[in-house]
Parts: sequence; structure tokens; C-alpha cells
Amino acid sequence: MSPEVSLREAYGHALVEMGKENPDIVVLDADLSKSTMTQYFAKEFPGRFFDCGIAEQNMMGIAAGLAASGKIPFASSFAVFVPGRCFDQIRMSIAYSRFNVKLVVTHGGISVGEDGVSNQSVEDLSLICSLPGLTVIVPADAIEAVQAVKAVAAYEGPCYVRLCRPKLPLVNDNDYHFNLGRAVTMRQGKDVTIIAIGTMVVAALEAANGLQQEGIDCGVLNMSTLKPLDEAAIIQVATSCGAIVTAEEHLEHGGLGSIVAQVVARHRPVPMEFVAIKDTYAESGKAGELLQKYGLTAKDIKQAVHTVLKRKLSASAT
Amino acid sequence: MPESGEGLKANLNIASGAKPLSVKDMEAIARKIRCHIIAMTGKAGSGHPGGSLSAVEIVTALYFGLLRHNPKDPHWPDRDRFILSKGHAAPLLYAALAECGYFPVEELSTLRQINSRLQGHTDRILTPGVEVSTGSLGQGLSFAVGVALAGRLNLQAYRVYVLLGDGECDEGQVWEAAMAASHFKVDNLVAIVDNNGLQIDGWNRDVMNLEPFNKKWQAFGWQVIDVDGNNLSELISAFNQAKSVKGQPTVVIAHTIKGKGVSFMENKVDFHGTAPTPAEVEIALKGLE
Repeated sequence: MSPEVSLREAYGHALVEMGKENPDIVVLDADLSKSTMTQYFAKEFPGRFFDCGIAEQNMMGIAAGLAASGKIPFASSFAVFVPGRCFDQIRMSIAYSRFNVKLVVTHGGISVGEDGVSNQSVEDLSLICSLPGLTVIVPADAIEAVQAVKAVAAYEGPCYVRLCRPKLPLVNDNDYHFNLGRAVTMRQGKDVTIIAIGTMVVAALEAANGLQQEGIDCGVLNMSTLKPLDEAAIIQVATSCGAIVTAEEHLEHGGLGSIVAQVVARHRPVPMEFVAIKDTYAESGKAGELLQKYGLTAKDIKQAVHTVLKRKLSASAT
Repeated sequence: MPESGEGLKANLNIASGAKPLSVKDMEAIARKIRCHIIAMTGKAGSGHPGGSLSAVEIVTALYFGLLRHNPKDPHWPDRDRFILSKGHAAPLLYAALAECGYFPVEELSTLRQINSRLQGHTDRILTPGVEVSTGSLGQGLSFAVGVALAGRLNLQAYRVYVLLGDGECDEGQVWEAAMAASHFKVDNLVAIVDNNGLQIDGWNRDVMNLEPFNKKWQAFGWQVIDVDGNNLSELISAFNQAKSVKGQPTVVIAHTIKGKGVSFMENKVDFHGTAPTPAEVEIALKGLE
């Protein structure tokens, strides 16, 4: 297993690097700069850093105002406090008004751990993907996180990038190149493809390796850009494999699984299974314990693959 | 920072001459704007005449007296900004923008109709001159703080004016923004509260008491100026006074009359969100002649 690297740390340092190159980059936080790692930018460029205090809704408006006069604002907080607490502010002042605001959130999913439900974010992707005009990205490791952050800085329009709290093993090489709006084929497979995002990409790769031992040829697609969605990549694996499993650290409702299922249902109906949090809140615990209890491990993905393959087989038998 | 030549030229565009408009000229424009509001909402059969009429002098003083702006170039980077936080007063803003020349006056009659650029509440993308889409209350002041901060960072001399409703100040976000504006010491920012005393469910004091209103703003670190908000001279002098305030934002509490200028609408909450009937339009326009 490759070394584990923090996506938040990578984000914090990337901000400093970008800040040196582009004086229009400004950063906002809501009293969480030591957790979102915007603190490095704050130290380097105090005049371009705005701590808005514990007032996220106001931060959204200030970010929009800065963007309106040509700045490129990066506004950060925990995932749960951004689309959840600020939905209407993002909708009116950022998405509908089409301002060039970059929302980079940390602590997505339940791997937040011991802080429990109030700090865990299981609905954010459903909420944010519902807003017309927003670009949504969920990087799978620190390498992709840095590139995604740079890509959204270069892109004109409102963006949402979701990072997680724990360090993650690297799943990409240093020569990896992130393409906004393009799914990444991590592994080709002809029996079934796992489409995963964020923390679940590494679990999907582990599952695919294990399934290979059982003689199942399993592909893995990293759908890091959730919006705009790479529909062609989904249709392609639906066609070539005839079975899909999605995996995400998010509620089953409204996230990756729902979004992929819509494309599959319309263009190429094939059996699907969904590895996600079932209609429930999680609880306090260690990240690993939570992922296990709420069914978000490589083992759960393997089980889902077996289930979907059974359905695929019975469908072809009839 | 000195005014750029371009800025002066833009201002002249509005003043249509070397001399700034007299208060009397502005009163005539205010009357015209009132007529537009009545005609537009009457034609649309819906909309918010009451809170549009109350703020006519505020918007007239700004667009025809204070703002450096250029209707031919709505995105001119050095323009002074006007942000309509109380987005339901869209008919008022549209009337002022049309009278300035941002779009043809004839277009006002398309308000709220399908395929129109003039939405029920303001839309930044569709309507030239609109700075941000509003209509969900409480958000404009936060936006204005961001615009003011950007001006400071960019070393631009523009000033930022944002119009709030008094009922809008029920929203907690207004006070988050009020706190931030004074924390960041943005003195290029002026908030104006259209203090007409009424909101949909009744008088402010009965629905959600705002008092002591001035003291609240003072406690949040703002310079507070009280004016008769339907008096152009008082407004202009308040806005000029605000220019010399350093190190803190200014709020102009504009005491206004809801429905001002139309006898049967004045202080009538029923005309907050109800358009006049054709017969009422006729009476109102006659009264404004």
C-alpha cells in the first residue's frame, strides 16, 4: 500500500502556491482554518485572507461579492456547513448569479469520525449537485486534490470540491493529469465496473484486486467530476460490462449512485448495485470502524459485485 | 484616489450636462419612476408596489445624483455599485435603470412576463445594470461587503450602496454581515434601510420588533445617519456625509412611507405584494400627474 497523504494539507499548500502566482486569489474561512488548512494561505497572505468567523452564510455572500469584482475567492469550511447551512446563499448569490466562487470543503462523509453526526456530511453531494450551473468534484487522493483545486481556479464559474478528513493512500501517480469533467479509468474490466468517488476509490481498487483472485474481471472508474458528468464513460462501461456497482461515502439518495443510475436507465439499462450509506445517520467512532459499520469497505463492494453479477447472469438467462 | 476621466464622463452621461441635476429635476424623475412602478405592476397584475414606492427617492438620489456609472458599459470596473438587497422592489430598480438608459423604457411593460428580461425579482444575468440576483431576503449586505473588500484590495475608488428593507433586517444574515462590515472596517460601504415600518404580516413592531434599531447598528460598529427617506435633499446630504466617514461603514436609516406618492397605497400593507387594478392604476397615475 502506498503512503497515506492528507488531502486537506495538500489543498492548503496548493492555495499558497497558487496565491504566489495569481494575486487575484483570495481565501475565506469560517473559523476552521486550522482544520481546512487555509491557515497556510492566511499566514502567507494575511491581506488576502478573510476569516468570517462562525458565520458561513455571510461568508458565501462575501465570496460572491469578491468574485463580482474580479477576485477568485476560495471559501472553505466543513462539508456539512456549506451546502447544508448555506443552501439558499449558494443558490441565490453564487449559482443563480453565476459568480466565480470556489467552495472547497473538507470533512466530507462519515470518516470525520469521533465528532459524530453534526460534523459528518452525508447529504452534501445531493444538495450541491441539485443546483444548476455548479461544477462538483470529489478527488480520490492528494495528487488529484491538488490538480482539481488548480483546475477550478483556472475554470470560470462556481465550483464545489469535496475533501475528506483522513489521510488517504495515493491511487494516482505523480504524472497523473486531472481533466475536469472526465472520468478516470483506474482499471479495465469486462465483467463488471465499480464507479467510485473520493475515499471509496481506494476501496474499489482493493475490491477489484480481491475479485480478480476469484476470477472476476472488474473495472474501476473514478468519477471524480460528478458534475458535469462524463456520461459517455458510464454508457461505455454499461455497454462493455453489463453491470455496475457505485461506491460513495454519502447517502444512497441523491449522490453518485442516483446520478449514475439516471444515465444508465436512460441510455443503457443494466443491473446496478449501490454501496452507500442507507437512509440513516451514522455516529461517533473511529473512521475505520464507521466505514465498516455503515457498509463502506472493500468487502462491502465485493459483496455488491457478487449481487450485481447474479442479477446480470439471471437477466441474460431469461 | 482621483476620479478617472472616464468616471466623470460616465457621470455626465447621467447628468446630461456639465451641471449635476437639481433636486427639482430629480423630483420630476422620481415622479416618472413612480408612474412606471404603477404602470408596470398594474400591467403585470402582480408585484410589489408598496416597497418600491417607498424607496423611490433613495434610488433616484443614487442613480441621478450620486453614482458614477455608465449605462453604455454596465460592467465598467470602476462604477459605483448599487445593490438591491430587497429584491422584491425590482420594479423600482428597473424603472430607474430604464430611465438611465440601461435598456429601453418600453421594455418595462414586459415585467414578469414569459421571456422577459425583467424577472419578478432581480436577475443579474438577464438585466443590464443588476449587480446580483436577489429576492431571497438577507443576502445583499453580505454581497456588498465582498464587493467593498474587493474595491479596497484592487485599489479602486468605487463606493458600494446597498438597499435593505426594514423587515429584511429580521434575517440573521443581515447582522452577520453588519458585524463583518465593521470588523473589516469597510468605509466604502453605505447601507440604506428603507424604514417604512411595514412588512407582509403587518407593522414591524407587531411582527418582529426591530427597536432599538439605530442602537443596534451603532452597537455593531456602524455610523448611523437618520433621514426623511422620501426627501431627496436629506438623502443626498447623508450620502455625501458618509463619504467622509473613515474606518467604519455607514447606514442611512431612511424613514419612508410605504406606498409613498399614491394616496390610497400609503401606509397600506395590502399593497406590499398586490398590484393595483386597472381602475386603481388610472387613479394613481392621475394623482401623480
